[in-house]
Amino acid sequence: MSDHVHPNHHLDDDHGSHGSLRDYVIGFILSVILTAIPFWLVMTGAIADKSTTALVVMAFAAVQIVVHMIYFLHMNTKAENGWTVMALIFTIVILVITLSGSLWVMYHLNHNMMPMTAHDMGQLP
Amino acid sequence: MGRLWWDAMPQEPIVLATFVVVALGGAALVAALTYFKLWGYLWKEWFTSVDHKKIGIMYMILGLIMFLRGFADAVMMRIQQSIAFNGNEGYLNAHHYDQIFTAHGVIMIFFVAMPFVTGLMNYIVPLQIGARDVSFPFLNNFSFWMTTAGAVLVMASLFIGEFAQTGWLAYPPLSNLAYSPWVGVDYYIWALQIAGVGTLLSGVNLIATIVKMRAPGMTMMRMPIFTWTALCTNILIVAAFPVLTAVMTMLTVDRYLGFNFFTNDFGGSPMMYVNLIWIWGHPEVYILILPLFGVFSEVTATFSGKRLFGYSSMVYATLVITILSYLVWLHHFFTMGSGASVNSFFGITTMVISIPTGAKLFNWLFTMYRGRIRFDLPMMWTVAFMLTFTIGGMTGVLLAVPPADFVLHNSLFLIAHFHNVIIGGVLFGIFAAINFWWPKAFGFRLNEFWGKVSFWLWVPGFWFAFMPLYILGLMGVTRRMRVFDDPSIQIFFIIAAFGALMIAGGIGAMLVQFAVSIWKREELKDETGDPWNGRTLEWSTSSPPPEYNFAFTPIVHDIDAWEDMKRCGVERPTTGYRPIHMPKGTGTGLILAGLSTVLGFAMIWYIWWLAAVSFLGVIGYAIFHTFNYKRDYHIPVETVEATEAARTRQLAAAGA
Repeated sequence: MSDHVHPNHHLDDDHGSHGSLRDYVIGFILSVILTAIPFWLVMTGAIADKSTTALVVMAFAAVQIVVHMIYFLHMNTKAENGWTVMALIFTIVILVITLSGSLWVMYHLNHNMMPMTAHDMGQLP
Repeated sequence: MGRLWWDAMPQEPIVLATFVVVALGGAALVAALTYFKLWGYLWKEWFTSVDHKKIGIMYMILGLIMFLRGFADAVMMRIQQSIAFNGNEGYLNAHHYDQIFTAHGVIMIFFVAMPFVTGLMNYIVPLQIGARDVSFPFLNNFSFWMTTAGAVLVMASLFIGEFAQTGWLAYPPLSNLAYSPWVGVDYYIWALQIAGVGTLLSGVNLIATIVKMRAPGMTMMRMPIFTWTALCTNILIVAAFPVLTAVMTMLTVDRYLGFNFFTNDFGGSPMMYVNLIWIWGHPEVYILILPLFGVFSEVTATFSGKRLFGYSSMVYATLVITILSYLVWLHHFFTMGSGASVNSFFGITTMVISIPTGAKLFNWLFTMYRGRIRFDLPMMWTVAFMLTFTIGGMTGVLLAVPPADFVLHNSLFLIAHFHNVIIGGVLFGIFAAINFWWPKAFGFRLNEFWGKVSFWLWVPGFWFAFMPLYILGLMGVTRRMRVFDDPSIQIFFIIAAFGALMIAGGIGAMLVQFAVSIWKREELKDETGDPWNGRTLEWSTSSPPPEYNFAFTPIVHDIDAWEDMKRCGVERPTTGYRPIHMPKGTGTGLILAGLSTVLGFAMIWYIWWLAAVSFLGVIGYAIFHTFNYKRDYHIPVETVEATEAARTRQLAAAGA
């Protein structure tokens, strides 16, 4: 919460910074690197175990999201008096609750309520 | 014409008679509006207005009209259930009865409670924070008309085709094409999708307004509690409604394109639908109740003549409820079989959420403690709320115990519980708010006598209507039943029907109250703009407020800014006015929403060419509107001076 208030809404032009060329170049290079490494991992099969590869690729994707937010969306703790970062935290909290909660609930439901026969499995898309 | 043909016209005598009455009434209304030449006035001053006050009032009118429709459904169900015993089939067949209970739920939540809540926030929030309008005035008008478009589709389903027979959340597999082949569920889907656009956008709009447009000096911790609860509600709207949209979209592709998200076979999971829709559904009930908690806070502080007890605890309780409301959704389907560990987690979170709510109740009680309480109508509704809502909350905690829920799930006990909190909380809050802010909106108070008649019919009527349902639920009677075998329980349904009759009297008395007040508006006139000795900024301007709300943006030094100004004797400035920059009205919102209604109707009836044309129309007209650069104007300084001088004379005459 901030003590800063606007004297008049018609006058408030304090948009967050739109970033410099340097920021965009750094963001671009980082994104290329973060895309190239997973691509290389998948194409060459450098890690023998497939699920480990998948996890590493997911981790790179998560880092890439952060890079995009900082360098392309110009998000930092000060933009819009901290409202941007507050909204981000709220979004993450809700997403984590929704996704992990649904997975947890549905796993238990499936386990308890939907035992599948071999025939059912055959009908799966 | 797709699958639309003459057989879609009403077949049953009850619906046919209603259709005739509605058609005649509608024709009479159109004729009267034409005869008195009111179309131009309505179009210019209301339909195309982007003034948040007028949009707020239009939301309230929409809510009131749909409330009458939803209540008519309720009365029909009560009559059916009180006579369908001993082999008597009642007067409603299964197809009709199933539509009625579905329509009742959908209408009461989406087209009564939501418009009422949004309308209140629209009207009050900008005034409370000292702003001249919301952040995006045109968007506000568009949101209103999209909500109305959804309501129009639901109403159309009464006479053209059918409505869903699935219950208000349209669970698959019943709502899949295999079991609901005709248009009922499609009406449901498209009405909610179109109205959902409006709800989501108005959420975005009000968040931006509260965050960016507060008067100088109004820090977050000096915001009126109603504005705080409005902020939390809109955050919930923005986070929750996309889930509903996504679920509805998945159901749509299941029905229209043969997908298998929620079907019984080919790997679909109907349980996933139940899970997802309650991730939206539980925050939704807090979306409805939170703003009313704000209303009760304002009313209690004003009518006790004291600052609200525990302002910051109230704010934190609201924030805690906002987050916790996302952690309890599974308590709506304990019996679906997720097992002990999952059920106990959600049972406990559900009980935890009653703690901040309880803290709020104690705050209100301590505000009243040693206050000079004036029992005007808003305060009467507030006290009725405290008593009623507490009982409803306690039966809710009872339902939160998973083993108890296995007995009570889907029973009339549940029905009694949620009506207890929605009527006792949301509806009583709306009535408190209407009585409280009516003088602000129209410049005259509401008639006290008819208000009290309505109150004393409503509150006991509610208890008569729902206490029997608690008892029946404990005895194991399930919801949505059309006929009964056991004659010994008939008496309970007759008592419940009597309660519904009392409520009907209460609604009638309220309509009489409005009519009498409008008729005797000169006697009830409020000259001061502050009829209740209010505490927040909306009472500092005239009643009704001028188009620009405040000639000068107020400066805030304390919680309860207007009370602080009165205490410090701040003089109202009478010179130095400047022209005021205001947004201009536009018909675009109405046109886009009209095209969306046609789009929805065409999709429901598989009229593909019309759907394509209206979809292109929506996109095309939206793009066309972006080239409209004449969106604002200035109120000349002479007009401001004249308005404010009239206000000065009015205040002097009132001796304030």
